[in-house]
Amino acid sequence: MTDKAFSETVAAQDAPDTHGQQHPLKLYFAVWGLLFVLSALSYMVDYAGLQGLLRWSLILAFMFAKAGLIIAVFMHLAWERLALAYAILLPPLAVLVFMAIMSIESDYTLDTRATEFSAP
Amino acid sequence: MTDATPTAAATAVRLHGHEGLVADLSSDQRSFKRVSWGKAMMWIFLISDTFVFGCFLVAYMTARSSTVTDWPNASEVFALHVGDTELPLLLIAIMTFVLISSSGTMAMAVSSAYRKSRRTTALLIGLTAVLGASFVGMQAFEWSKLISEGVRPWGNPFGAEQFGATFFMITGFHGTHVTIGVIFLFIVAWKIANGSFDRDGTSWLSRGAGDYESVEILGLYWHFVDLVWVFIFAFFYLW
Repeated sequence: MTDKAFSETVAAQDAPDTHGQQHPLKLYFAVWGLLFVLSALSYMVDYAGLQGLLRWSLILAFMFAKAGLIIAVFMHLAWERLALAYAILLPPLAVLVFMAIMSIESDYTLDTRATEFSAP
Repeated sequence: MTDATPTAAATAVRLHGHEGLVADLSSDQRSFKRVSWGKAMMWIFLISDTFVFGCFLVAYMTARSSTVTDWPNASEVFALHVGDTELPLLLIAIMTFVLISSSGTMAMAVSSAYRKSRRTTALLIGLTAVLGASFVGMQAFEWSKLISEGVRPWGNPFGAEQFGATFFMITGFHGTHVTIGVIFLFIVAWKIANGSFDRDGTSWLSRGAGDYESVEILGLYWHFVDLVWVFIFAFFYLW
């Protein structure tokens, strides 16, 4: 392969995939339907008045299922290369660390308020 | 050509999976293969926006878990009276379904854009914009209802004072995103309808000559707005 022909091959492979993101409409309809069902189920959690650990775990499960479907299918991340998927999905994990730090901090604030502001 | 080095030769056939990840990141070129700069930039913007909303939700968690007064019960605060019965979160549920449907029509629009059916694409994007606008309308109704009931950023009749501040901040910022999205959806629908996307030559938001990729990029933004609502719905309204 000549240098020119070779670099053209590489360029063609790396070119933006403007025709690749075509997926069967059936898939979009299925995801659309699933999102409706999952939303209805999470609404039912509130309507049924579930409380405690069951309530929180169900809310989180439905939330992550919906988020996953939107990102993977509607935003086409399932068909992008791993380099892009990791660049998008890994940085937000830092928010979880921040959340853990602030959770400890707010516990401390609550304790301080309970001690300092409570009626004697 | 600098591309034709032994390193490039190794990547002449694109690897997949984790080998592909290492090859892409070490390719000494751009890392995001088969992705245009416009799409990569939209994703990077969306990550920054993820941090903005992530910080809002963390701030909300911090405020809520550090109050000595009880947090208002969202299920009662956002209830609607229909006839004699009080339905919890009814309007919020309708808003959720409207936004999901707009995401569905947007996905259809992207799909028909790549099939080059101009009229269908314009109609679907227009429909997405209308659904988005009705979402903003319902949000405005929600805000006026709460304001008339005395909810303010510094206090409210239902419980912890921080409720109002976090509610207006989080839903207001999300509503702003939806509004900006609706404006761009209308602009792009209009430009597709008048043929700007099919004519030769670039113009604002379109590269012309039948390149419909900006529909997918706009779709990424719109789905992200829906995605953020998924988290707000779970943490603010249901928790």
